Amino acid sequence: MKHIVIIGGGIAGIEAACALTDAGHWVTVIEKNEQLGGKLNNWSYLFPDFTPTEKITGALQEKCREKDFSILSKTEVSTIQRKNGKFSIKTSGERHLEADALVVATGYEIFDARRKEEYGYKIYDHVITSADLEQLLLPGGDLTVAAENNPKRIAFVHCVGSRDEKTGNHYCSKVCCITGVKQAIELKKRLPEAEIYCFYMDLRMYGKHFEELYREAQEKYDIQFIRGRLSEASEKIDKSLLIKSEDTLSGRPLKMNVDLLVLLVGMEAGKGTTAAAATCGIGCEESGFLKTTDSFLKSNFSEQEGIFLAGSCTAPMTINDTISHARSAAMEVDNWLKKK
Amino acid sequence: MKNFGYSIIKQRTIDYDQFDGRLLNEILEMESSFKVCLSCGGCTATCSAGDLVSFNVRRMNLLLRRGETMELESEIKKCMLCGKCMLVCPRGINLRNVIMLIKKSILKYKLSG
Amino acid sequence: MKREGKMQVWKDYQKEIADDHYFYVRSCIRQNFFPGAEQTFLKILRAELGKDIYENPHHTSCSGIAYHADVVPFDTIQTIAARQFALMTEAGYQNFAVSCITSFGIYSEIIETWKEYPSELEKIRNYLKRATGREFEVPQNVAHASDIVYKFREEIADKKKFPLINQQTGQPLKIVEHIGCHYSKMFPAKGVGGAEFPNVLVGMIESWGGEVVDYPERRHCCGFGFRQYLVMSNRGYSVSNSRKKFESMEPYKPDAILCNCPGCPMFMDRWQYVIEEMEGKTYGENGQGIPVLTYEELAGLVLGYDPWDLGLQMHQTNCEPLLDKMGITYDPDLKYAGKDGKLIGKPTMVGCGC
Repeated sequence: MKHIVIIGGGIAGIEAACALTDAGHWVTVIEKNEQLGGKLNNWSYLFPDFTPTEKITGALQEKCREKDFSILSKTEVSTIQRKNGKFSIKTSGERHLEADALVVATGYEIFDARRKEEYGYKIYDHVITSADLEQLLLPGGDLTVAAENNPKRIAFVHCVGSRDEKTGNHYCSKVCCITGVKQAIELKKRLPEAEIYCFYMDLRMYGKHFEELYREAQEKYDIQFIRGRLSEASEKIDKSLLIKSEDTLSGRPLKMNVDLLVLLVGMEAGKGTTAAAATCGIGCEESGFLKTTDSFLKSNFSEQEGIFLAGSCTAPMTINDTISHARSAAMEVDNWLKKK
Repeated sequence: MKNFGYSIIKQRTIDYDQFDGRLLNEILEMESSFKVCLSCGGCTATCSAGDLVSFNVRRMNLLLRRGETMELESEIKKCMLCGKCMLVCPRGINLRNVIMLIKKSILKYKLSG
Repeated sequence: MKREGKMQVWKDYQKEIADDHYFYVRSCIRQNFFPGAEQTFLKILRAELGKDIYENPHHTSCSGIAYHADVVPFDTIQTIAARQFALMTEAGYQNFAVSCITSFGIYSEIIETWKEYPSELEKIRNYLKRATGREFEVPQNVAHASDIVYKFREEIADKKKFPLINQQTGQPLKIVEHIGCHYSKMFPAKGVGGAEFPNVLVGMIESWGGEVVDYPERRHCCGFGFRQYLVMSNRGYSVSNSRKKFESMEPYKPDAILCNCPGCPMFMDRWQYVIEEMEGKTYGENGQGIPVLTYEELAGLVLGYDPWDLGLQMHQTNCEPLLDKMGITYDPDLKYAGKDGKLIGKPTMVGCGC
């Protein structure tokens, strides 16, 4: 029986583990947190159809219980060495593992919005990120934390930490446009009196049902979309926020007062993925995400033979894309082990 | 008042907090198809009048949403009501009705310049 | 507003400021605009803090205004900067202390250019040698004079005679701060606290007992610019930008505006008078203006220096409302008296509640 070690127990890690267990291999998942599921655990509803997140996390947990694979939680990889065609892995807690193949599924990190100083995140009282908003939308979450007294006007800022040379992130994080539309609708459902605006540069509604949801946001929920990137936000004497943007379609600067500002934060490769690149001796793209040897045919192959890549450690991805990418990683591992 | 040879310039910024939304709300209520405009400009590209005078159908949505009533009033007078824009619109907006409604609402709320 | 968030930003932008032995370079325009400010800085450093600060009469303009107005090319201004550095080197100093924000930006830009393109540095060494026979070292430390006052703000606070407290109410004075654009908007890391939430003036105000009010347009340019004010017909840009700031700060009822640039206090001071003349509008209490001070003048007031020695009579927006709140006594009859007691002449155009 071959042993495969998967680094990261988020969606990609679990999905790959299940598929490889089904294929008859012995699998160990190394997860730095106590709980499997990664960032998904902090999300409330999923685009584009408002599926409650626990439906997905529940299904993943169910799978984990059914399948017979090992999980090392609260564990991090310290070193990886190749010995006689195998990988010798040392982890925190002085554990030692031997593997025939490795899958890196270290995922992403959420952009730290404090780096966009001009938006005053963690300084102004009523500026939050999309990740914060998800937590407030969870059962038991309290929206008044972000904006007391029923906010009359709410604005979303697209592309915070994405498509922005100033933050070093040239790429599009792919999920924020549709997240903004979803969250705007969700807020409108809970605060029907509020006016909601989305400030965007381009709306990238590429996925199944994305464009339809955007249309629904306009038609049914009166969400207004203003094309322009926020130059800055400032707190006023009453704690509301003055925001400035160009209304690029009419070619004039625009200012507006809002009671709550939501920053749609992008994805970054993050510390986990950067560390995995170093311990595995594999390369990163300029974006910081892991390099695949071929973007069409070998999107699960790292530069090192026997080390495979799954999910958003390679690029920003939706949950659907992550699941598909993890499954294809499992298939590639299986094929490679058979040929070996 | 002294003249120093220069003057204080009025701000061009659209101040979103300073406009009367009655016209906008009425149009959106009466012709809700107008809510889904994508600002693609297909209407303007095909417009019979826009080829001859500076008339931009797409901008009507913006003028309405930014409360530029004065400009809107003079703009819609240029429309020939031919309806070609409606043939093109990818979201099926009844633009001719929008123009007629703007005319009526301006009179109703006495917003005429 | 969450103070912890701002403190994190301040922590992220701390710069090295030399402790002693400064080679001081003055500003061309500040000596006209606020003639007491630089003298006060030197007095505080030498007499109050016991520091060694040296200036050389052969120092010239950095030519920054001409550079920003496209009259002086980059090669020329680099060579002029190199000459100032040569004077510093010849005098045996390594720490460059700059009075002017424009100059501070110029020196920072030039030194950064030399770091990125060492061939430029070699070229300029050659130019300077050929033109003047001088040689120079690049300064070890470049600090704006406000950085130095910031560094020693607590030492100044220890000697304070008049804290930034409203003596009538016992409350801290509300002060808005305004940094010059070229202080940290060009190189955020070269300003204490960065560009978005600069700490350099905030630190002084708080150490001396006052309270800073953040108003929405605090980052906006004062309107000084270079092309804006050089040509009279363009001055509408300048005054309109200052006006935008006054409108934004007015609801906070600030007791004073504190600046660290030559241009900002000049224009925020003078434009208040102009706006009153053009529109009849004033932004302070009781039809008065909001006094605009440089950090040296404010430090001088805190230390108990005579307001007329500080040159406050040269302000067009009267500073008396601030002096009254701080409980500073002054002789109105001596406002326009020279050092010899003779009248220096009273301005005909004084505004804002005069």
